[in-house]
Amino acid sequence: MSTLTYLQAISSALRDELRADERVLVMGEDIGVFGGAFKVTDGFFDEFGPERVMDTPLAESGIIGTAIGAAVVGMRPVCEMQFSDFISCGFDQLVNVAGKMHYRQGLAVPITVRLPSGGGFSGGPFHSQNPEAWFMHAPGIKVVAPSTAEDAKGLLHAAIRDPNPVCYMEHKHLYRRVKGEVADGVFETPFTARVARPGSDLVVIAYGAMVHTALEATEDLDGASIEVLDLRSLVPMDEVAILESVERCSKVVIIDEANTTCAAGAEVAALIAERGFESLDGPVVRVATPDVPIPFSPPLEQAVLPSVDRVREACRELLEY
Amino acid sequence: MATNIAEASASGKATADTHLLLEDRVWLLRAMLMMRGLEERAMTLYRQGKVPGSFYDGYGQEAVSAGAAFAMGPEDRLCVLHRDLAAHLIRGVSPARVLAQYMGRATGITNGRDGNVHFGDWQLGCVGMVSMLPDMMLVATGMAMAFKLRGERRCALTWFGDGSTSRGDFHEAMNWAGVQKLPVIFILENNQYAYSTPLDKQFAVDPVERAAAYGFVGVTVDGNDAEAMFEATRAARVRVLQGDGPTLIEAVTMRMHGHAAHDDMKYVPKEQVEEWRKRDPIDRQETRLREAGVDVDALRAEIKAEIDAATADALASPMPDAATAADGVFCDGEAEPLRDGQAPWSGFRAEGAVDGDGQPAVAP
Repeated sequence: MSTLTYLQAISSALRDELRADERVLVMGEDIGVFGGAFKVTDGFFDEFGPERVMDTPLAESGIIGTAIGAAVVGMRPVCEMQFSDFISCGFDQLVNVAGKMHYRQGLAVPITVRLPSGGGFSGGPFHSQNPEAWFMHAPGIKVVAPSTAEDAKGLLHAAIRDPNPVCYMEHKHLYRRVKGEVADGVFETPFTARVARPGSDLVVIAYGAMVHTALEATEDLDGASIEVLDLRSLVPMDEVAILESVERCSKVVIIDEANTTCAAGAEVAALIAERGFESLDGPVVRVATPDVPIPFSPPLEQAVLPSVDRVREACRELLEY
Repeated sequence: MATNIAEASASGKATADTHLLLEDRVWLLRAMLMMRGLEERAMTLYRQGKVPGSFYDGYGQEAVSAGAAFAMGPEDRLCVLHRDLAAHLIRGVSPARVLAQYMGRATGITNGRDGNVHFGDWQLGCVGMVSMLPDMMLVATGMAMAFKLRGERRCALTWFGDGSTSRGDFHEAMNWAGVQKLPVIFILENNQYAYSTPLDKQFAVDPVERAAAYGFVGVTVDGNDAEAMFEATRAARVRVLQGDGPTLIEAVTMRMHGHAAHDDMKYVPKEQVEEWRKRDPIDRQETRLREAGVDVDALRAEIKAEIDAATADALASPMPDAATAADGVFCDGEAEPLRDGQAPWSGFRAEGAVDGDGQPAVAP
């Protein structure tokens, strides 16, 4: 076991895969000599060389498209979007070429796309987004979002070894803030949910950075027993774990850092409405970012992102229902 | 850097003679006749209501895919466009599977998952196109990137149209391949119209000129001459395998039918069609082979019989089971890479075969 930050855990998984499997290569903008905008691939260039730690042209469609080509002839590319926001420029290749390939032609596309996402840094409208729901809506793409250092490593190992396209949402706010004990070597975390804290009065369902917001908001909430369910994987979504939590707790708050409409949490709410209705003792409550671009100035940004206070308030109200 | 069509055609023909045996030249005619015959049969089936959706063909453009695909080795990989049926036939896709594909049958190449020419048999080294053009330029570039990274002596090839040169993925692929000097051959299938849009609304400068700006060779070839297409592609393959970087081949041709079955092509001047009809690629290859003493009529009869048999076979094959509509979105097993395709050119079969530069034609 080692104590690693979330960022170190991501680096560790990448390094282990590059060492273990010569089919793995990492590619992206400024990831080689410079070590990446967030230094996830710091030192990789020296260990693995320019061909397996590839500085690409500034071309997100090119990154995804060439990764698909390399994958179908036997490689295991891991693409880095410098910011998840930039995936919009590679959207077509991911959704239309990679996502539909196996269904249409029986040809697997084992690529992983790392998407540094999330706000809280005055990154503004183009460096703060949470685009995971775009890909949940596109058949053929798996979507995972770790919240802990251990899961950051295990989910990345599993993503790289998965025979399908996987969007790996890594939250920038967790990079250096979250630290934890991580097993050494390769281990794969399944694409299932995890109970971050068991409880019985109410469950808060979240993923990524919002898991920490949920834990902090409900750590001591007037003595109530609050469960926190960390989804970890959005596609596939762990329906069994969600429905079990709902059955156990009867009251549900769902948090998204993404914009509200059609966010991952909307899908969770729909699932509960369809299949967990009998277990509910109150309305399903959602806390999410309103449908606005993420603003730059701190008071504006803090006003839209789900805060500890907003989550606490939402839980209190629902507990009193 | 670009040569004019007449020069390319003349030099292509002269050089091609040294690389094509008579049996190869017959193969080229066969592939073109089979493509045209299958597409004509599919059009009949379409009119009979047996082909759902719309129908797209490559009438008049058969030489582009036949000539280029014929120069590709078994380990090379192809991303095939919708007017390039001959490439699939050369790689080994059977006529019955093609017709079953058009009709959405369970035995088609995509098992009814996708329609018309949106297919590629991965077990024959081909990836099918998507409708967002030219997305496959980047996929082919990525294949070439992997070949170079692994030190393999193979290349990737893809086709795209004149309209595709306007989209960003054209630039991203050309630039990427040029920067990394990748073993990829880009074939610009210039058939004069992108749906109804003529060339002068698509670009201000002939796109073959752009190759130089990306740092590699661009050549213009008579796209209605299968042997010239073969030779230009063969020569490009030698260059890319030597590590000289990509080649852009502009195949100048004409789309003789509408964009799809519903398109009456009113926007195309009649004289333009008539002018191009005189340059039909099949007529040209037939004339050559008749002069060489080949019994072309017998070949035509043989192909017609094959198409008749394929039609019966395809019509007898089942529609997909509706209960399977949601199957196969994800791969549940091992990701298996593309497999090798058929490569009928005699240059790959001959003992100690070389592909023009003294190296084995096929990587060991």
